[in-house]
Amino acid sequence: MTEVASANPTASIQADGRAKRGRLRLSTVMSVVGTTPMIVTAIGVFVICIIYSFLLSFTNSKLFPAFDFIGTDQYARLWATPRWLVSANNLWIFGLLSIGANMVVGYLLAVFMDQRIRQEDLFRSIFLYPFAMSLVITGLVWRWILDPNYGLQATVQGWGFTDFQFAPLVDSNTAIYGLVVAGIWNGVGVTMAIMLAGLRGVDGEIWKAAKIDGIPTWKTYLQIVLPMMRGAILTAFILQCVGVVRVFDLVVAMTQGGPGIATQMPAIFVIQHITDRANVGLGMAAATMMLLPVVVLLSLQQFIQWRANKKRMNAL
Amino acid sequence: MKKFAVVAAMATAFLGTTAVHAADVEVIHWWTSGGEQAAVSVFADEFDKLGADKWVDTAIALGENARAATMQRVLGGNPPGAAQFNPGRQYEELIAAGLLLDLTPLAEAEGWDKIVRPDVIAAPCHIDGKWWCVPVNIHSEAWMWASVPAFKKAGVDLPTSVNDFVAKAPKLKEAGLIPYAQGGESWQLNAAFGGITIAGLGIEKRDELLRDHNQEVANSPEFTQVFQTFRDLKSFSDPGSPGRNWNDTTNLVLTDQAGVQIMGDWARGEFGVAGKKPGVDYACLPLDSKKPFVTTGGDIFVFFKQADPEVEAAQLKLASMMISPRVQALFNIAKGSMPVRDDVDMSLADECMKLGLEILKDPANVVTSANNWISNDTNGQLQDLIAEFWANDDMPIADAQKRYAEILATAD
Repeated sequence: MTEVASANPTASIQADGRAKRGRLRLSTVMSVVGTTPMIVTAIGVFVICIIYSFLLSFTNSKLFPAFDFIGTDQYARLWATPRWLVSANNLWIFGLLSIGANMVVGYLLAVFMDQRIRQEDLFRSIFLYPFAMSLVITGLVWRWILDPNYGLQATVQGWGFTDFQFAPLVDSNTAIYGLVVAGIWNGVGVTMAIMLAGLRGVDGEIWKAAKIDGIPTWKTYLQIVLPMMRGAILTAFILQCVGVVRVFDLVVAMTQGGPGIATQMPAIFVIQHITDRANVGLGMAAATMMLLPVVVLLSLQQFIQWRANKKRMNAL
Repeated sequence: MKKFAVVAAMATAFLGTTAVHAADVEVIHWWTSGGEQAAVSVFADEFDKLGADKWVDTAIALGENARAATMQRVLGGNPPGAAQFNPGRQYEELIAAGLLLDLTPLAEAEGWDKIVRPDVIAAPCHIDGKWWCVPVNIHSEAWMWASVPAFKKAGVDLPTSVNDFVAKAPKLKEAGLIPYAQGGESWQLNAAFGGITIAGLGIEKRDELLRDHNQEVANSPEFTQVFQTFRDLKSFSDPGSPGRNWNDTTNLVLTDQAGVQIMGDWARGEFGVAGKKPGVDYACLPLDSKKPFVTTGGDIFVFFKQADPEVEAAQLKLASMMISPRVQALFNIAKGSMPVRDDVDMSLADECMKLGLEILKDPANVVTSANNWISNDTNGQLQDLIAEFWANDDMPIADAQKRYAEILATAD
């Protein structure tokens, strides 16, 4: 901490750095004490467990973890398993569609909320409500809405439109889109909230300047404000991505991976193999594969931040 | 009661003390439908009546979820007192790891090896001379449950075999009924496919397929026909099938909206709870009435080693109670399954159960459960394949059959 403080190029801190050093030492001790449990948890739970999972993926562990190494056999079997291929494919479809829609609709909703509308609090609560609900409940409700015998299709047909067909979940070709609908319903509210915070963080002076220059409002939103809220966008994006990679409860509640294996997801594959199917080795190989996109995303975030920091340093 | 006295005496002998205190035995099981609850209540009530020990019920819907929960508890070092499994290889690692309570002294005192029949039911628990679990019932997994009024409405007789049903199904469709009710969960699809496999290949060939992983049988034209029959059945099912529970599916037959469901004999419990009469409202039909068979699936309970000797005494008491003649009769009548011993008063049994017991008498009709040969891992792979084949009408039969053969060829 002290090094960071003294290395800081801004003059004011350097000027009274010596005077503060004594206090900084105490606060350093305090912060170390305060963060130690978190550091231990982070290393113990995350790092060690990830390494452990990674190692197990090269073993032929059945129900109980065993260190009987068999090379990359589990990975070979994994990528020859049709269900895993379907799962990996579904992750891309579900991820691209739901994240894309969430980001676009979330931004539009945030712009709408930014128009100094009445009852803003009420609307914000309504939009955020789905996110507060358990995905199991979301999944069950949508399953009933989309059920051909009780849901939307039966209701509309009951009104006399007997040709009306809308039951995506029962067809293996369309079931994944039913999941996307529920995923958007669940995720759009929180995206909006983050984007709205980003919008509100933009300095009012910028708006005044844009007004004086005669730039239309929509152009200001799109070309001036949007690039300025990079942080909010990135946060929303990363949150969504991590949510997608580990999507589990929504699928279990809505389709249980069916019809057939049409809506299987990697997380279900992992959980099922390390529990009921008693093949921990294969499950861990799948878990390691799931970790890859997350690692890529996180390094992307780090890279963007690093570049932004470097730019700022250069500007100073 | 005499049996109980013996057990109580044994329990105290194990403890080396004369005082018997109360203990809780937590039991994880997956019996959650109406008929199943009625059956498990028999166990719980009878156990609570025995003394101060308490049955602590942990019911988790869907077998794979319940088994997963049990395994997680074991891995976490906090196993339940008892847990349900299907007989076979699901708990082989638990035995190997020495986590289970050895029931051999109790079993020898009560002579389980003499009373449990047929042998294929005792075998999954009685391994190398030691008893590791208690078989509680025999479930035949493949019956056709038919709605009598539905077939009357369509103007056709009840089917005598699966193939006969496929021939009659169009009539049911014309009458505005769902000919074939199938729940789309993969275990249900796999169970129906398993039944059709036995009916289609015959017991001997089917054993060669699943026990010996015989590639010749796996690639035979007879087996191709099994896949064809399964696809025919798909064409007579309803769009609400994906993801539907087995008991909701039974309900379609029960309310005469559907003609036939292929399901294990536990479906009988649902008809019983709804007050339906066999022969009048519904019929239980073998998948092939010329060569009827019963499969010997079922349920077993394992008991986990516990630190507390009082709990162990209660566990042994529970094990003994589960297999006692009176509880066997009460439980199996409620459950729709067959008792694991012959000396049980089954005067309360209905026609369907009597038919099952009749078929069971001839050892040539008894089919060994595939779980005895196939690990959960392999079974899961087959299940995924069957579910995919059912849902995807574009998947060529030849491809599905080839993949089935490959899974068996690489099975552990």
